[in-house]
Amino acid sequence: MKILGISAYYHDSAAALVIDGEIAAAAQEERFSRIKHDDRFPHRAIAACLHQAKSNIGEVDAIVFYEKPFLKFDRLLETYLAMAPRGFTSFRKSMPLWLKEKLFLKNQLLSEIRKIEPAFSEEKLLFSEHHLSHAASAFFASPFERAAVLTLDGVGEWTTTSISVGARESDSTTATLKRIQELQFPHSLGLLYSTFTTYAGFKVNSGEYKLMGLAPYGTPKFEKLIFDHLIELKDDGSFRLNLEYFDFCTGIKMFSPKFEALFGGRARLPESTITQHTADIAASIQFALEKVIARIVIHARAATQEKNLCLAGGVALNCVANGKILRSGVFDKIWIQPAAGDAGGALGAALSAHHLHFKKPTPRNKPATDWMRGSYLGPQYSDQEIEAELERAGAVWHKLMPEELIARAAKSLKSGYALGWHQNAMEFGPRALGNRSILADARSPETQTVLNLKIKFRESFRPFAPVVLFEKVHEWFDLKTESPYMLLVDAVHHSQLRPSQQTNAALFEKLKTQRSTIPAVTHVDNSARIQTAHKETNPLLHALLPEFEAQTGVPCLANTSFNVRGEPIVESPTDAFRCFMGTDLDALAIGSYWLEKSEQKPELHQKYHQSFSLD
Amino acid sequence: MSFLKEFFAFLKENKKLWLIPLLVVLLGVGGLLIVAKSSALAPLIYTLF
Repeated sequence: MKILGISAYYHDSAAALVIDGEIAAAAQEERFSRIKHDDRFPHRAIAACLHQAKSNIGEVDAIVFYEKPFLKFDRLLETYLAMAPRGFTSFRKSMPLWLKEKLFLKNQLLSEIRKIEPAFSEEKLLFSEHHLSHAASAFFASPFERAAVLTLDGVGEWTTTSISVGARESDSTTATLKRIQELQFPHSLGLLYSTFTTYAGFKVNSGEYKLMGLAPYGTPKFEKLIFDHLIELKDDGSFRLNLEYFDFCTGIKMFSPKFEALFGGRARLPESTITQHTADIAASIQFALEKVIARIVIHARAATQEKNLCLAGGVALNCVANGKILRSGVFDKIWIQPAAGDAGGALGAALSAHHLHFKKPTPRNKPATDWMRGSYLGPQYSDQEIEAELERAGAVWHKLMPEELIARAAKSLKSGYALGWHQNAMEFGPRALGNRSILADARSPETQTVLNLKIKFRESFRPFAPVVLFEKVHEWFDLKTESPYMLLVDAVHHSQLRPSQQTNAALFEKLKTQRSTIPAVTHVDNSARIQTAHKETNPLLHALLPEFEAQTGVPCLANTSFNVRGEPIVESPTDAFRCFMGTDLDALAIGSYWLEKSEQKPELHQKYHQSFSLD
Repeated sequence: MSFLKEFFAFLKENKKLWLIPLLVVLLGVGGLLIVAKSSALAPLIYTLF
């Protein structure tokens, strides 16, 4: 049975193809359209998934949309009703969109699908529910046969937070995913965090990572204010927001004037100087978020009596909070869906239809890790295709054998190269996990500044993540388990730390302190957002790290997404070459091909990063 | 027509028939707003709809 899941018309549209319960392919539309967070119908992503699985849309048994538009409309209307007459501004802006398009989403979806397959039958179009899609993406893609499932995000239809219990047996048709408790709009951790994101001058839905990265520069001095005024937290982790401080129900901003007054002034303007106050705001909301999540997790364990925990929803991308859940030991094991945001809803919609609607069995051949195949679920290019694209672009290259490529990459990284690394299948989800990545030497004190300012063209305070050989992770970090999706933060191992010389340094001066033997990936609180490389899912990356270790003694590299600020991560070899020529990257490895910047034609250099709006 | 049938079925299923009188009024106002052509929302807010 072939089931296609779709998320669209909100943010991050995506497609995922599930064949007989296995994830055959998944991709986000933004990677193909080159528009960040593209929310249009995912025509290109669908085409890519079908191409990858050598299928066509006529063979698809069902297409599942990841949420229920009527239920969402109901939430909007009831909210406006409850708030009337205050919500008129928001009502005036949202109603035309709903009455013209979103209320008739089924027709719109059918119309778009029929552009691909004119004979597509209406009966084949199904609708999941937003948090069911998230929960299914977490549980059915996880390695567990039983687990508690926690979803946390901004809002779907009504639900903002849910606890479910998932159970399945191999080759059995009895899989279940039962929601036992939920919190509803407007009481939402995602919306709370996003409110602080905008207050700190970052964009909603992309700036949350920045706020999390900024938090270690501050102290959580506003934590008490948050719990005294903004959020009422109960012992079981349930909470209520005090809507006097928020404007998202009725206005066109996230926070109210009262919120600004409480935190000592107007919101920071985007791109203006980041002050200690901004960092303290970031630290405070991060602290508050972790406190709420900790209570929810304890409650989830007690309420479900399960030993394993699965997580999804946009808040589950907060890897600092995830690391704390893991270290709390409340659950024996945790697993986080790498596409935890709305893109992953496409995958969850397809998986929920397979297991729960059609009641089809869990496949027998369970992989060693989980069902996500390292999240390398997107398109990949043969050497022939790569060469054709490079030829068209006018590139100069050297074709290398795999062992030569690895040796050359390791040697170049050792000498300080920033290396574009475009290999095999593209990642699904927001993180580049070593197939559409920029790699650099984690030992170099200059790496962070060079990557941030000359290659990514992004804020200088943002940390980079290490990718480390799984077998050696315990020697370099406190982490005791695998983290293949870069979704767990833990401390750099004490044996790698250096005595700090500037403990009282001001704000971003802290960044200049050499804290460890791998300063490029050590944040100011000595933590790191760790990715472990595994032979089973990424043999090439897993081979590169020991080669780099043989030359440097360090089995770890800095890994960041292959893009510039505001640009979707590169998808094709052409995208990769354009990014290579538009930045200070020193070399590019695409498939078997090695490209040196110094050998490229000068007329192909371009400055294109300004063509993307800032994220 | 099939849309109206489905929407009615949704309201019935979810015990939301009480919304119908309000819907008529709200949709009437909403319809007028379409005619008035509103501008798009600035990206200052989490997309709630």
